[in-house]
Amino acid sequence: MHDVKRELAHLSDEALVALAARSEQSALAELYDRYGRAAYGLAFRVLRDEALAEDAVQDAFLSVWRTAARFVPERGAASTWILTLVHRRAVDVVRREQRRRTEPLERAPEPPGGGAVDEEAWVRLQRERVQAALQQLPDQQREALELAYYGGFTQSELAERLGQPIGTIKSRMFTGLARLRELLRDPGMETSWTPISTS
Amino acid sequence: MDADLHELTAAYALDALDADEADAYEAHLAQCESCRTELATLGKTATALAWAVEAPAPPERLRSRILDAAAAERTNVVPLLPQRRPWLLRATAGVAAVAACAAVGLGVWAGLLSRSLNSERSARATDARAVEILADRASRRVPLKGGQGVVALAPDGEGVLVVRRLPEAPSGKTYEAWVIPHGGAPKPAGLFSGGDRTTVLRLDQRVPRGAVVAATVERSGGVDAPTQTPLFSAQS
Repeated sequence: MHDVKRELAHLSDEALVALAARSEQSALAELYDRYGRAAYGLAFRVLRDEALAEDAVQDAFLSVWRTAARFVPERGAASTWILTLVHRRAVDVVRREQRRRTEPLERAPEPPGGGAVDEEAWVRLQRERVQAALQQLPDQQREALELAYYGGFTQSELAERLGQPIGTIKSRMFTGLARLRELLRDPGMETSWTPISTS
Repeated sequence: MDADLHELTAAYALDALDADEADAYEAHLAQCESCRTELATLGKTATALAWAVEAPAPPERLRSRILDAAAAERTNVVPLLPQRRPWLLRATAGVAAVAACAAVGLGVWAGLLSRSLNSERSARATDARAVEILADRASRRVPLKGGQGVVALAPDGEGVLVVRRLPEAPSGKTYEAWVIPHGGAPKPAGLFSGGDRTTVLRLDQRVPRGAVVAATVERSGGVDAPTQTPLFSAQS
């Protein structure tokens, strides 16, 4: 594991972005350690290709590095910003390359043990939680969200693919996402975080 | 037209608009407070989908590749590449970033830097039983209040505490977990040092229904009854 600058581990995401804006490279490293795993998983899910996924994650983190000074915490969490950059980059590439695929990924191999075990436990809990919430959505809403987010389809493409009016697709995406928001209201399982004070 | 654009918030959050639609929506967003509010929460929900993916871990080399590229860029002024501007970024943000940084507090920052790098951290391997309980779909998950994490409870009451990003316990102190049965006295349920990205602790005590699991900071070696207010807790 990376033991450099462990102190940064106790700063909030937003404080790290502010430090990255001041060219503090270790802050970028810490943001990668927090969100690189989710970022790569997402890019790989959309792009189905290791090299393209790596490029998308690199582009997104370099965007963070270049534009950290203009990040507005009031508009959303830093983790949302980072994963939005990764997603947008991956979707741009998948649309350009026409390589998107809709089947779920084959089960990923269990990562090696050692120091990563505790972290894996957390990643698995998050995955279970969001998957369980997705399963509670009506099939058509879940399908619209998954094809849009993981498949990279635009709403017009989805309307055509599913043989539905675009208004129906919009409404499925909106209702599905709003319902998911309710299902994920669970402060103890926030993916972004604020430090616990021990003083 | 505006009502139409209003409805695009979810599609925008999912990146399901084509370039023209996205431009039109962003122009609308600049003038629509309610869409901005809606987007803040729907955008967060959309990115939650990133965590649902079962995908391989990134190759080790990616981290250094990114950091090397970042270091190379910062040594000379690089113009921003022409790309669609994410909504979260606007020219006014510099002020907010500085404010966020000031809010961290220079004192806190200095304190964090001066904390000894090589202070002892227990190299305890994660208990195999804890991993089993976490992997067991039959175990219940109770989110923590006051902290980030969860208590996983097996059907027989065996419990595992998972806490994220707990700072290392201050010198001479330890974290102590407690199981507090409904109407009963707190029972010591294990000591831990924090300081890891994620702490996983199998509780020494079974957790009956209705009990509270909590943690306090106590003197090294632990105590028999809590002397401090809980940092976080979970009601089973």
